[in-house]
Amino acid sequence: MMRLSHTLDIQGQGDLEIVMRRQFRAPAALVYDAYTRPELLKRWFGGPPGWWMSLCEIDLRVGGAYRFGLSGPNGAAMGMSGVYKDLDRPGRLVNTERFDPPFDQTEQLITTTITEADGLAHFVAVIRYETREARDMMLGSMGAGVGPGYDRLEALLAELQGEAA
Amino acid sequence: MQRVSSTADPSSDRLDAVFSALADPTRRAILARLALGEASVTELAEPFAMSQPAISRHLKVLEQAGLITTGHDAQRRPRRIEGGPMAEATRWLWDFRQFWAANFDRLDDLLMLLQAEPPTGAGGGHH
Repeated sequence: MMRLSHTLDIQGQGDLEIVMRRQFRAPAALVYDAYTRPELLKRWFGGPPGWWMSLCEIDLRVGGAYRFGLSGPNGAAMGMSGVYKDLDRPGRLVNTERFDPPFDQTEQLITTTITEADGLAHFVAVIRYETREARDMMLGSMGAGVGPGYDRLEALLAELQGEAA
Repeated sequence: MQRVSSTADPSSDRLDAVFSALADPTRRAILARLALGEASVTELAEPFAMSQPAISRHLKVLEQAGLITTGHDAQRRPRRIEGGPMAEATRWLWDFRQFWAANFDRLDDLLMLLQAEPPTGAGGGHH
């Protein structure tokens, strides 16, 4: 089974925003659930190699809070938290985001929409920063990293064969 | 440039130094190169159209931010990424695209798995 590769598109928008676009070969509802159910979120949200999601608390309602903790090599840890401003499964999710200290100076507002077309879920996240400086620092950080390639197809096929057994 | 801290808060000063260090694309590129392994000033200067003194100034900023250290070879003085928690957290933060690309690749895998599994009962709404 071949998996189409999907490209992550990230662009600045205006002075304060970053827009991320990605397609997934799945129904919108499944993508929404992967984003909002801890037992699913923990299975993909982590970050660079060596990091994993060690804390995932979600009170999924308007006005409810979430808190995520990520753990990495050498005892490193990072977290983020926020409040849900709007929820409308499967197409819309709006939440604030603030990183834990020492990166907690600013708060972001993230508007995520998930639509279905041509058998694909179209995911768009607009991240609005409080300052141009904060937004530009995130944008500027792209492309400088050098990381190992991610070829998970072999691992995935092995897992699927295990599931089918 | 020397900054006077109004709060005498060392972690805030440290954060300022880290952000300042990361704000420069040459310094981010230096960190990317060091992620592959330690390197001397000569080796680091090579890809840039920049003098060694200019590279050394960047290295000093990175060192003061605690992001790199100098190895013991007195002649070569290789720089390496400092592997403490702050440096790792910073590394996590400083490549936005890599962070999300890795996450979404894993999400691709999970979505495939979930759709390949036979339907199960819906999970509980609360954890």
